[in-house]
Amino acid sequence: MNRQEPVKRVRAIDSKKHWAGVEFKQLFYPHRLNFYNAPPTAEVTLDEFEQWAIDRLRILGQIESCLYRNMTAVELDDAMRKPLGDFLPLRSNSATGDSKPQDGKPNKLQEERRKDHYSHYILRLAFARSEELRKRFLATETILFKLRYNRDDAQERQAFIGSLGFDWEFLSFEEKAAMREDLLAGAGTKSGESKAVFEAGFFKVDWERVCDLVDQKKVLLRGGKAYVPESQQSSLVIAEFTARLEKALELTARALPRLDEDDRLIPILDHLSRGFTAPEYNTSMIATTLNGASLTAAVVDDLVQYFPMCMRQLHTTLRRDKHLLHNGRLQYNLFLKGVGLNVDEALTFWRKAFSRIDDDEFQKKYRYNVRHAYGLEGTRRNYKPMSCQQILTERRPAANQVHGCPYREMAVENLVVGLGTMSVSDKDVIRHVREDIEARKYHVACSRVFEHIHAKELKREREASGGSGRLAENIIHPNEYFTRSFILKNPGSVEATAAAAASDGNGQSMEMD
Amino acid sequence: MKTEPQTDHPEPASPAKIGVKKAEGGDLDNIFKDDDDADFLASEVGAVSIVPGSGPSDPLVMLAFYQRLFPFRPFFQWLNHSPVPCHDFGHREFAFTLQNSAYLRYQSFPTMELLRKEIVRLNPSRFEIGPVYNANPRDRKTLHKSAFHPPSKELVFDIDLTDYDEIRTCCDQANICNLCWNFITVAIKVMNAELRDDLGFKHVLWVYSGRRGAHAWVCDKRARSLDDAKRRAVANYLEVVRGGGQAGKKVIIRRPLHPHVSRSLNLLKDRFENDILRDQDPWRDNEKAEKLLQLLPDKILNDALRKKWDNHPNRPSISKWADIYDVAETGISKELNPARLKESKEEVVLEYMYPRLDAEVSKHLNHLLKSPFCVHPQTGRVCVPIDERDLEAFDPMAVPTVVGLLGEIDAWDKVHKREGKTDDYQKTSLKPYVDYFKTFVNGLLQDEAAVKREREGNSENSMEF
Repeated sequence: MNRQEPVKRVRAIDSKKHWAGVEFKQLFYPHRLNFYNAPPTAEVTLDEFEQWAIDRLRILGQIESCLYRNMTAVELDDAMRKPLGDFLPLRSNSATGDSKPQDGKPNKLQEERRKDHYSHYILRLAFARSEELRKRFLATETILFKLRYNRDDAQERQAFIGSLGFDWEFLSFEEKAAMREDLLAGAGTKSGESKAVFEAGFFKVDWERVCDLVDQKKVLLRGGKAYVPESQQSSLVIAEFTARLEKALELTARALPRLDEDDRLIPILDHLSRGFTAPEYNTSMIATTLNGASLTAAVVDDLVQYFPMCMRQLHTTLRRDKHLLHNGRLQYNLFLKGVGLNVDEALTFWRKAFSRIDDDEFQKKYRYNVRHAYGLEGTRRNYKPMSCQQILTERRPAANQVHGCPYREMAVENLVVGLGTMSVSDKDVIRHVREDIEARKYHVACSRVFEHIHAKELKREREASGGSGRLAENIIHPNEYFTRSFILKNPGSVEATAAAAASDGNGQSMEMD
Repeated sequence: MKTEPQTDHPEPASPAKIGVKKAEGGDLDNIFKDDDDADFLASEVGAVSIVPGSGPSDPLVMLAFYQRLFPFRPFFQWLNHSPVPCHDFGHREFAFTLQNSAYLRYQSFPTMELLRKEIVRLNPSRFEIGPVYNANPRDRKTLHKSAFHPPSKELVFDIDLTDYDEIRTCCDQANICNLCWNFITVAIKVMNAELRDDLGFKHVLWVYSGRRGAHAWVCDKRARSLDDAKRRAVANYLEVVRGGGQAGKKVIIRRPLHPHVSRSLNLLKDRFENDILRDQDPWRDNEKAEKLLQLLPDKILNDALRKKWDNHPNRPSISKWADIYDVAETGISKELNPARLKESKEEVVLEYMYPRLDAEVSKHLNHLLKSPFCVHPQTGRVCVPIDERDLEAFDPMAVPTVVGLLGEIDAWDKVHKREGKTDDYQKTSLKPYVDYFKTFVNGLLQDEAAVKREREGNSENSMEF
């Protein structure tokens, strides 16, 4: 209800009250895991401030690039072992050979945990300032927490959880027994494990708190509550971590303008936030001229031979049906933009492609959207062509739609037929592709197909500059596929240096959109 | 990306710019003298003249509809969650599609009266409801981009029969009939069980979309405050039939079945024989029967069935379904796994009957969805709520049309010569739908009042930050 009485304006941070009672002392860290609920308050040197933050930044950056490569949890864990050991080690209490704090000597474990604590908070400051940075920070910190949580020793983990003070309602024996079958089926328990899982117990929480378990149908839901098996406790803890960090970041963002301006810190923080890069394919660097002339609508059909399968599929459907549903149009339109079609040519292309409708209808229904993708309407946001990651995870196709990544969405038999139309019929290659799909490494499958189709050209190229005739790394963007395909098949038509530099894409700092 | 035919206007353009056809008769403009009564739609003019041959949703007809039949007060209360205007209504976005196809977004109104005035003035062919923002949508350009965002909206679902085109044989595309409406009826039953029993929601309003589908509006406060991630979780939880045009088998589920899937299966199994095998008969043609075979696991059994069906062309689906077991029983395939066969048959039932949702509609908080009680421009039918107490009785072919309703008003007036003040909607077949809507809204308001009391007891600060 919106009452009309004057509202007392509550300031977000009241300095006196906020800092009252906080003692500036060293904290003691009983566990290696940390929810980062309270900020550190003791002093550190400027060097430590910067160096610790940079080390943590390295870790988070590595995590992001693992994500980008679609690594599974196991692979990520492996890949991160060494970097974590080098830059942000965090040993458990059972690690022997250190003096206790009472001894008064510096304690290695505590040092590690201090660094972890401080670096987290410093990076919070550096990344709170924009929504995009906050999202990325949140995602990578969560993964870091998950990694450490999973590697923790069971007893210590339980001790840590105990210290958090969650109120989880464990089911009593009677309640459990009454719902036994549903509880087990909800958790997807195989018959062999039923006894163990049942004995370990279940607890019930509001389903919103375990929404990722709900998402995968891994828990029983009744009356708005989720019944979570004890083994999934981790999911809850991690979700809680994320939720708290998210809230904290929001508060930090709001408080940023009022922070004590310190000339020493602000430059460091700025520098840090710019260092948070991930390899990304930068389409703006690609010359919009191929063969020295700019791209026209009429040329698109000739270029289809260089397209990756996802775009071929869209093109074929478009030509066949003289129509394409919304998500397909969006994906294809942005791709063509990346290839180098300007907005007028794009409009011509789509108008001709939708040959069954009249001008009026095209104008009414489709023109606006084409222009919107070029950043000429609405919020004028210049959408970048979708990367493989985006195509795979956003907007899965349903019913009659054909967008998305065909290696994921198509039935394998249909896919093999499709590969045939791209002249890929080598049994070995197809077998490997099937395996890749089973392992859910769709971009690897696509890269493999690319390699096979361009085997000759790749060999020639590598022989010229030395090395094997294979791709340096997997293709992660449809436009990358197109550009490399075009260059390989038409050597000398585009400036090799500009294109090669862009297609590596490593370490390029990303334009913050 | 939300599709918009044109850029939005910062404020509603004057009628002169938009070219809305106003009523010729001057009486209709005076119809709204401000009334104290809650329901003020009583007509004080003569019969509405319907020009014969006018389309199902002619502008004149639409105008009369908005002036006399649209239930503004319960509509307002439904979105406001209280009889007294507050931000839930005032900061709510509306989007109007005008008669000339212009599209106006970010419209908002502090009170019901202003909404009604604007709707009558603009006479939109349809309008949509968006989220409640944290500030007045009309002020959005004065705010920093990140300061303007939607904190709440009802959780919505959209079931459209075109998503069933590949499995329904009675109709296709825009056409529907009572046979394929069964898909929707069944889908509503399954989803109600999930929304109420599993997720714990109480206030679910099902609305006919006007032509070939239904929308669900989940209005509990708990549902309204879900963020995008949670909406996605719900959509994925509910989804069982997955995959685009090229995907092959669409139902791939884990065994043992999750309890909500096995409950859904039980609901569907009973109707499978009647609704699918008999009514739809999708596999009579041998070529179509291939689709069925593709969903079964055993090659040898499939070959045997194929042979049998080649010898008996045009064998009805119900017999073909029985054949699967009969032929399997003969032991023709040594490696046949009977448990797996049973499971595959269950998956066929799910593929053919489980609700097919447009997940994108549910996943995003800021999605705009057509309002209840709008009129479908092509059919002229009113998007009425579907009475859950008797789902089977709902007949989409019997939903009132605007022209029909206006005719009913005239007929009633002739007979009753305006004795006393009866609201126009009560003279027509729209009455039961409006009454049902009112009951729903009252239930919602009661719960909301209880929650508000609790919240106000607990906190001292106002709602605004």
